[in-house]
Amino acid sequence: MHELSVVANLFEILEEKVREKKGKKIFSVKLQVGALAGVVPELLMTAFDIYKKDTIASEAELEIKKVALKVQCKDCHKVMVKDDFIFICDHCGFTNLKTLEGTEMILEKMDIEV
Amino acid sequence: MTKKEILVLEDLLGSNKKIAADIREKLSQKGILTVNLMSSPGAGKTTLLESIAEHLTPDHKMAVIEGDIETERDAERIRAKGIPAWQIITGGACHLEAKMVGKLLPEIPPDLDFLFIENVGNLVCPASYDLGENIRCVLLSTPEGDDKPKKYPKAFTTSDWLIITKTDLVPPVPFDIQRAIKEAQEVNPSLKTFTVSALKGKGVEELVGQLISALKKLRKDNA
Repeated sequence: MHELSVVANLFEILEEKVREKKGKKIFSVKLQVGALAGVVPELLMTAFDIYKKDTIASEAELEIKKVALKVQCKDCHKVMVKDDFIFICDHCGFTNLKTLEGTEMILEKMDIEV
Repeated sequence: MTKKEILVLEDLLGSNKKIAADIREKLSQKGILTVNLMSSPGAGKTTLLESIAEHLTPDHKMAVIEGDIETERDAERIRAKGIPAWQIITGGACHLEAKMVGKLLPEIPPDLDFLFIENVGNLVCPASYDLGENIRCVLLSTPEGDDKPKKYPKAFTTSDWLIITKTDLVPPVPFDIQRAIKEAQEVNPSLKTFTVSALKGKGVEELVGQLISALKKLRKDNA
């Protein structure tokens, strides 16, 4: 489980942004986590709560928006959601699909006190 | 007190990706093909590397970066074959990150042909971390079962090559090679597949042939 490593990276970004904005503390943090991001959102929540103690985000709430795996067929151009992660077009059976979203792990936004 | 919303939209693994891209560029420019080997513990990564070393050397120069939670054992096995090896001991971390590999770059001989990075044995976490490799390989050993690609999709969707290892154990191990390949290619249709028994030396020659082709292509693209 590498969620704690991911949260450590998150805090590097959070601290840098708060410094930039001359913020005092963080109220909330929102992430976007893809179905194929390779992390478990629930474990990220736990890791965040462990890590935040004695930091600028000690009272912050973490919100995670789960993003489904969305692909587009390079042949028939149809867009579809793939919950099974099978990279075969549901419509024409073509196997060359372009991933549109669902692999990302992004810090979307945060609310801070300035 | 003023509350302010800050829109960030930054990749949480962005710093790892940046370091990895830098490693890939530096090693590729030197004409070194870098290969990241991922698998669960005990799938045969080190044994495969020992066998690859027998086929690649002395015509080609290779080196190995070993990632383990503890011990220098794997690096010692590789060194025993006369191959330079560096051991990264993660001390508990379940995967290698690009910055760990980046620290070793000054020690990598510039006249290498191949640099292999043997990741920490784990079919989950290493898949999220680009190490600057040109080719990512996932190994699946026959005793693990042929149903793994769909259970651990990230390792298979992010890999370029699938190497099914320990084929000499089938039978008695009930592993359907065609099923494993079919499942893996369903989650990643562009996956190139190999079947090997490193202990018996079967299939390794073909794998090494593909490695040499990939090295030639890298150098041609550089020229």
